[in-house]
Amino acid sequence: MRTELDAGREPVDFGIIDESDLIRVRKVLRTEAEEVGLNLVDTTKLITAGSELARNILNYATDRRGRVHVEQVRRGGRRGVRATFADDGPGIADIDAAMTDGFSTRGSMGLGLPGAKRLVDDMTLTSSPGTGTTVVIVKWQR
Amino acid sequence: MKIGDTLLVALQGDLDDTTVIRIEEQLTREVARTAATGMLIDVSRLSVVDSFIARVLARIVAMVRLLGAHAAVVGIQPAVAITLVELGVPMGHLDTALNAEQGLALLQRLRRTDAGTD
Repeated sequence: MRTELDAGREPVDFGIIDESDLIRVRKVLRTEAEEVGLNLVDTTKLITAGSELARNILNYATDRRGRVHVEQVRRGGRRGVRATFADDGPGIADIDAAMTDGFSTRGSMGLGLPGAKRLVDDMTLTSSPGTGTTVVIVKWQR
Repeated sequence: MKIGDTLLVALQGDLDDTTVIRIEEQLTREVARTAATGMLIDVSRLSVVDSFIARVLARIVAMVRLLGAHAAVVGIQPAVAITLVELGVPMGHLDTALNAEQGLALLQRLRRTDAGTD
């Protein structure tokens, strides 16, 4: 992906260790989205996608722990926000199934991953059993 | 806050899961305690409603219904509505209204429908 880090703005890194970090994720994403100039709907979508992915970490990762990395990106004349959600959890055995609406191994609605993907411009998921899961989402300014 | 037989509840701030669950228990108890026949849940000051919060809102409405009252969710922000639809959260079965005033009218209609089928 030909994205470049936005100069002059430090990425934000922190751990997801408990529920209060869901609020932190939402807050950080809101700040970044507003700085980059996303409109209200896109800001709301980005925050909601981030909230779903952070909750996935609390629900599925080993010891309910993971990390978030948020940075501003630029491509051409457009600015955007990129957020990376990583954990060292059990990984996802069947990524295709996990990306299907309604698929859940926990009795939830199973909207987390496919739902989050619909809310952002780009989402990539890297996972294999035993090595954890990394999800990267990007939302661009219109 | 109570208007006649209707409880008006305004949710605000950034809600964590524990708070949402606590609110669910409080509201359900409050309907029983006050014998309210209706409840409006005003979410106009929630700027983010993710699938968990949406699910609990739907659950509150269902619980209130079991207690013999009607509940409606009012004031969903347009950006939140767009996001919920794209996220795929099923909210179509919920009674919703644009604002508290229309919500009160909606509850009245629901009560009349109840009375009419008795």
